[in-house]
Amino acid sequence: MLSDKAKSEITESLKKYTNKRSACMDALRIAQAEASNNITKAAMEEIAGILGMKPVEVNAVATFYTMYNVKRPVGEYHIQVCRNISCSLLGAEHLIKHMENVLGIKTGATTPDNKFTLKTVECLGSCGTAPMMQINDDFYESLTKEKIDAILKDLK
Amino acid sequence: MEKVLLKNIDKPDAYKIDKYIEYGGYKAVREALKSNRDHIIQVVKESGLRGRGGAGFSTGLKWSFIPKDPTIQKYLCCNADEGEPGTFKDRGIMDNDPHLLLEGMMIACYAIGASVAYIYIRGEFAFGIRRLQTAIDEAYSKGFLGKNIFGSEFSLDMYIHSGYGAYICGEETALLESIEGYRAQPRKKPPFPALAGLYGKPTVINNVETLSCIPAIIEKGPKWFSSIGPEKSPGPKIFGVSGHVKRPGLYELPMGTTLREIIFDHCGGMLNDKKLKAVIPGGVSAPMLIAKDLDTPMDFDSVAAKGSMLGSGAVIVMDETTCMVKMAYIINRFFSHESCGKCTPCREGTAWLTNILKRLEHGEGNDGDVELLESVGTNIFGRTFCPLGDGAVMALRGTLKYFKDEFVYHVKNKRCMVG
Ligand SMILES: Cc1cc2nc3c(=O)[nH]c(=O)nc-3n(C[C@H](O)[C@H](O)[C@H](O)COP(=O)(O)O)c2cc1C
Ligand code: SF4
Ligand code: FES
Repeated sequence: MLSDKAKSEITESLKKYTNKRSACMDALRIAQAEASNNITKAAMEEIAGILGMKPVEVNAVATFYTMYNVKRPVGEYHIQVCRNISCSLLGAEHLIKHMENVLGIKTGATTPDNKFTLKTVECLGSCGTAPMMQINDDFYESLTKEKIDAILKDLK
Repeated sequence: MEKVLLKNIDKPDAYKIDKYIEYGGYKAVREALKSNRDHIIQVVKESGLRGRGGAGFSTGLKWSFIPKDPTIQKYLCCNADEGEPGTFKDRGIMDNDPHLLLEGMMIACYAIGASVAYIYIRGEFAFGIRRLQTAIDEAYSKGFLGKNIFGSEFSLDMYIHSGYGAYICGEETALLESIEGYRAQPRKKPPFPALAGLYGKPTVINNVETLSCIPAIIEKGPKWFSSIGPEKSPGPKIFGVSGHVKRPGLYELPMGTTLREIIFDHCGGMLNDKKLKAVIPGGVSAPMLIAKDLDTPMDFDSVAAKGSMLGSGAVIVMDETTCMVKMAYIINRFFSHESCGKCTPCREGTAWLTNILKRLEHGEGNDGDVELLESVGTNIFGRTFCPLGDGAVMALRGTLKYFKDEFVYHVKNKRCMVG
């Protein structure tokens, strides 16, 4: 169930647009934020009800955009390491391997305690401070193995 | 050159409205609101400003296509999707000087008669989204947005629409689909957005950097702007430099600054003083150039004359230790990942290319793979619905043009020629 707070945020979003459907992306973001960073079928059905859409239409939107975690639930900390060109030129691959070792999981997996999900991602627009990664909303830039160790230690 | 786009980037708290005003902001829009709309469009035309989103289309001309009928609803969409790998310039403006963008958008909206504007920003830019929202809220509270802005007759509402992880949303018609609440797949053109854009209404789509040039053009005049850089491609330009250089980052320089000056003067030269092997001048869709091209002026026409494109001005520098098969694999994997799936040549073709490049990269290439890359490319090129598919092929062709021997080496020796 969406919380009252979420529902009122969705109502707020509707004011930005001339059609209800435009608020679909905001609604999904709001729903995901309050469900430990995941989108559930129930949430999509509720959003469909609010916006006058069919649940399959909401699902079609949710599955198109990669930041909605629909079929790929993520842990408490969603780590996304950039693997695109500028980060790669400065050693992203080694950092990804290092992360796998430290976390004891392969890229794409979540630790058994559901704390960390490790993924790779395409360019995040932070190429001048490559290599970089994003954990939940935050960017971590100019990474080294030592920096990564310190960041993970803080979160553990 | 006096900085225009990054002038506030190092000034304390420039993102706050009072500071922005203290630093001279929100003067241009007041001036613009006093003049006639057509006059502003004329000034922007005369300045020679060309779109900084990649295509380099005349901004004034684009604005002039919007119907004048005041009874028709019109929209401005600011393209802040910034997804082209290597590109991080718009984020620099939005994070540090959001009011510069807002001011540019206000002037643009007034000129085209749009009463509603959206900033389409990629969802990963959580910090920038917060900064922009705060800036918008501040502007409303001062009466710079909303009814009768700055006490004029003109009313304007501005909203953020956050993308959620899809490169194709940067393509202008896919962006419109996304705001309308659909999967972001490009639309057929014509009709062009200037006549039937957002919700079927006349719409201008402009890049963040393009719009951020506007206040200075109003304040200092079109002649000042057109006197910077080459005649046909003038103005200040932000170059975002990444990869193997000593000082990567954002550099605001006149259009037409050479690659050599950018890399060796401004960025301090190659990282660890290695030799330069290749450079991508405008984001990964732009074919690579090599050391002999270093004296190319970085403007739309000069880079095009070298068979590449200025694109977003994202300069990606690669040294002699770089494996070009690997780069081609990374770039193509990106396009395949981001293909929206609407048309078969792009959806299937880029996936094929990625598979072939992956096996080459992993030392599992077969005889004939290099030829196969070329023939798959031929079957994609010119047959796709939007420029993404063509971009993928052009990038690959550019790499093969200079480094085919590395691909052949990978097939024969099952490993890299370098490192
Ligand atoms: C696949 C693709 C991705 C694009 N991505 C962006 C982008 O992230 N930002 C942008 O401003 N323009 C992007 N463009 C260009 C836009 O379609 C459009 O030309 C531009 O926003 C127009 O603004 P301008 O005239 O101010 O440059 C992209 C184009 C294509 C084909
Ligand atoms: S070329 Fe690719 S991205 Fe463009 S419409 Fe076709 S499938 Fe979509
Ligand atoms: S390539 Fe990693 S942030 Fe752009």
